Amino acid sequence: MRRAVGSGLLAVGLLAPLVPLLLWAVAGEFRYPALLPELSGRGVRLVLDPAVRDALLTSLGIASAVAALAVVLGATAGRALGLYTFRGKRLVQFLLLAPAIVPTLAVTLGIQIFFIRYGLADSVTGVVVVQLIPTVPYVSLVMAAAFAGLDVDAEDAARVLGAGPVRRLLLVTVPAVRPGLVVAALFAFLISWSEYILTLLIGGGTVRTLPLLLFAAIGSADLPAAAALSLVIALPPLVLVALTSRLLTGRTPAVVGFGRL
Amino acid sequence: MSPPGSSVALAVRGLRIAYRPGHPVVDGVDLTVAAGTLTALLGPSGCGKTTLLKAVAGLLAPDAGEIHIGSGSVLGVPAERRPVGLVFQKPLLFGHLTIGDNVAFGLRMRGLARRVRRARAAQMLELVGLPELARRRVGELSGGQEQRVALARALVLDPQVLLLDEPFSQLDADLRGRMRELLRTIQRELAITTVFVTHDQAEAVEVADTIALMLDGRIEAHGPPAAFYTHPATLRAARFFGGTNEIPGTLTDTAFDCGLGRLLVGAGGRDGPGVLVVRPEALRLRVRAAAPGAPANTVAATVLGVRFRGTHQSVRARLPGGGTVTATVPPALRVEIGDEAAVQLPPAACHVLPTEPHPPGARAPATDPTIESERSHA
Repeated sequence: MRRAVGSGLLAVGLLAPLVPLLLWAVAGEFRYPALLPELSGRGVRLVLDPAVRDALLTSLGIASAVAALAVVLGATAGRALGLYTFRGKRLVQFLLLAPAIVPTLAVTLGIQIFFIRYGLADSVTGVVVVQLIPTVPYVSLVMAAAFAGLDVDAEDAARVLGAGPVRRLLLVTVPAVRPGLVVAALFAFLISWSEYILTLLIGGGTVRTLPLLLFAAIGSADLPAAAALSLVIALPPLVLVALTSRLLTGRTPAVVGFGRL
Repeated sequence: MSPPGSSVALAVRGLRIAYRPGHPVVDGVDLTVAAGTLTALLGPSGCGKTTLLKAVAGLLAPDAGEIHIGSGSVLGVPAERRPVGLVFQKPLLFGHLTIGDNVAFGLRMRGLARRVRRARAAQMLELVGLPELARRRVGELSGGQEQRVALARALVLDPQVLLLDEPFSQLDADLRGRMRELLRTIQRELAITTVFVTHDQAEAVEVADTIALMLDGRIEAHGPPAAFYTHPATLRAARFFGGTNEIPGTLTDTAFDCGLGRLLVGAGGRDGPGVLVVRPEALRLRVRAAAPGAPANTVAATVLGVRFRGTHQSVRARLPGGGTVTATVPPALRVEIGDEAAVQLPPAACHVLPTEPHPPGARAPATDPTIESERSHA
């Protein structure tokens, strides 16, 4: 009973901010003192526009690629941080976290020249690479915690039972840190999904993701368009969180939220 | 399969392993384990026994030496293909798999069909006394059950050598005893060559056919458990088993000259300066003054202390010349501090061992025999 009330409150808290968006998205004329807007199909039509569809696909592609790469890189670093003590560990930890502390914009402005020099500017590849800067630190942190709870001797146990390096990784290590992997990938995906300034800077306006469209709509004070786009941006992460939290714990998503976190 | 003890299943020759150059953890180990026997690799923590075991399993590469399993060297064989089973201190079960799938893991690595794997895993679970558990999840088992599953998982591949690294040390004493019995039953049933690492001398004595005592990276002595009490090979081996009485002196054939005069000792000692060792339970103590006509090696003594141990009493007595010995007497014997006593050291139970040259950094031997005696009965 208490659990039901709690998850109900959580759901209301999560979904309430979406209500005005929903109203604006279908609004044509919406002025004081009207309680409900005059309905209009413009927002819906806008969302169905090919440009929005392309941006959605670009965003999905970039966020997925960023999540995958960040998890591979961050898990490697996180394994070293979580399992071993070595000279300069604190320094490595700090350097890994630095991009999360220093404003990413400052970092990116400094290295933008290299993106141009190596032909990564104005390309999807460049955007994926630059978005690794804010994502890898978080993935490393989450994975360091996941690996700290891992008993590496289990890998030795698997080895004596005949498992080579690949099967040890896939059949023993990855399942053991799977909750961490899911959370880390989710983080990386969400950070990438809502990234605006890096995409604009390195993508140079040619790589058009959903946040870019949204900012353009806000900039032109087109509230129904901004609201409709906001919904398109908000929905995939919600679906993703719902799916992964179920995967993490096997319980209802509203109760556990981020699973272990 | 050949009968137990007739052939060598595991042979280690001149094995050296150093984590840091110049500081070998395993320092020239020679060890032979007869087929079908259970050898306890006994030693204090840090003596290199786990390192030795990992080298046999292939998890560590030795710096020098040879390891033979069966007929050939396994040094070129990676751990995943060595014919060994390994059980660690912790069960280390794979949490995302069921108990049955854990046991069948090795068979899956060999590419056997699921049906075969299921059947073999069920057999193994039955062997370790856990039938009907195949579908359970890892978290639902007790520590002892998990360690039995780990044993089944190691045995499922039918290894030539089973290696156990203090497998029961994290269980409570009562359960540990039952697990030892189970292990012994299974080991005999399968006649599987087994190396059992432990730091617990009582456990080694109880479970093993032979004990290899490892000290400071070397095998100090290797023999049947009883020999460590009746015929210790070295002074350090005698001391590791605790409680032994030590009397310094000089040996000539079977005559030992010391502060107590000339004592007769068992044959086989090396002439020259040495230490006579005799276990407290071998001494015969009578509460009366030594009389003429007493058996050989009887010396007068004064009782310094008596400790009741339930199944026996430990009596500490001062010998002429100032030394002390500890003797074990029946629990009902009336003996009090200050009593005059006659202590006989049966010659067959007295062994003269060469004094240890103490290498720098080695632990100094306990000079006070009472401390030794306390340790042995603790």
